[in-house]
Amino acid sequence: MVTTKNIRDILETVQDPEVPVLSIIDLGVLRDVKINGNQVEVVITPTYSGCPAMDMIRATIRMVLVEHGYNDVKITTVLSPAWTTDWMSEQGKQKLKAYGIAPPHPKPQVCHMNLFAEEAVQCPRCNSYNTRRVSEFGSTACKSQYQCNACHEPFDYFKCH
Amino acid sequence: MNTDYIVHLADNALILGQRNSEWCGHGPVLEQDIAITNISLDLVGQARSFYQYAAERLGSTEDKLAYLRDALDFKNCLLCELPNGDWAQTILRQFFFSSYQYILYQQLQQSPDERLAAIAEKSLKEVTYHVRWSSEWVIRLGDGTEESHGRMLKAIEYLWPFTGELFIPAFYEQTPLNKEPWQQRVEEIFTEATLPIPGQVWMQSGGKEGRHTEHLGYILAEMQYMQRAYPDCEW
Repeated sequence: MVTTKNIRDILETVQDPEVPVLSIIDLGVLRDVKINGNQVEVVITPTYSGCPAMDMIRATIRMVLVEHGYNDVKITTVLSPAWTTDWMSEQGKQKLKAYGIAPPHPKPQVCHMNLFAEEAVQCPRCNSYNTRRVSEFGSTACKSQYQCNACHEPFDYFKCH
Repeated sequence: MNTDYIVHLADNALILGQRNSEWCGHGPVLEQDIAITNISLDLVGQARSFYQYAAERLGSTEDKLAYLRDALDFKNCLLCELPNGDWAQTILRQFFFSSYQYILYQQLQQSPDERLAAIAEKSLKEVTYHVRWSSEWVIRLGDGTEESHGRMLKAIEYLWPFTGELFIPAFYEQTPLNKEPWQQRVEEIFTEATLPIPGQVWMQSGGKEGRHTEHLGYILAEMQYMQRAYPDCEW
């Protein structure tokens, strides 16, 4: 008897292709797993509407489930409630930091309309808060670019959303 | 909800996204090149969500809607299809349009149509970034050097007559959008940017109903080339 836990354990191996230390569970992209008879339904939500990683994530989910003998797989995408960095697991945040990407703040500071606001972001390398934003937009939709004034490390910040 | 309206929302996002993407590799500095193309990506993502919904209702596909319709079928506002011009013109258009989208999606996320409400709720978070980024740039350029201020004045003169259409409802729009919050936003940012608030001028319209400027055809020619040359190609 297959359980949703079996499926979740398998899906733990599906990573975000842009941030390959995070699984779709760490990221909060996996919303639900349902077993309908022989069919496995995986419900996911995109981080950003245009995130090009979503097609890759869909393909990888299907592939790993087929590898484990689940041939009847349905992947459903939901948009509401909209994804937020609040759904990122604590473990995910630790993994991000170890990878060199500053994790999102627990309390969003600049997800609002106030202009010229800058968050105090901690450098993932030396832990200093003496950092500056280089650009609000980074290598992917979910990140912005920072530099540490203390150790000069340039780094990505997984911005709150 | 009228399907034409859903296609209109999709076309707006796709055409502006496609326009902005022309900056890829040509931005004034690397960070802003990345910013404007990230905004493109968000817009194209939003367009896909709308096209997928419209396609289900029309028995079509998102690709067919994006790549196999001609200019007369496109329902985007004229503002979205105008040439990029210089950085000032691109920034100002983004500011006008994102401020409009912000109000629109706020209203749309209350829609009884759950699918549209979900797309609006999702997109609104992205648009918030776009409004903030473009507002900051309007201020930076307006209140910048003599050169940047002058370019902003030119951009206002060119783009302002295309802002009226955003708030003139087409036959498929059920609820007209209140222009007041948009106007307030523009006045607030322009004041900060030391830019004059434009007065009443004659406003262009027609895009929402398929009557476009000569610029749209060129966008479609480039955007649709692959699908037309290799029908049903996927990658």
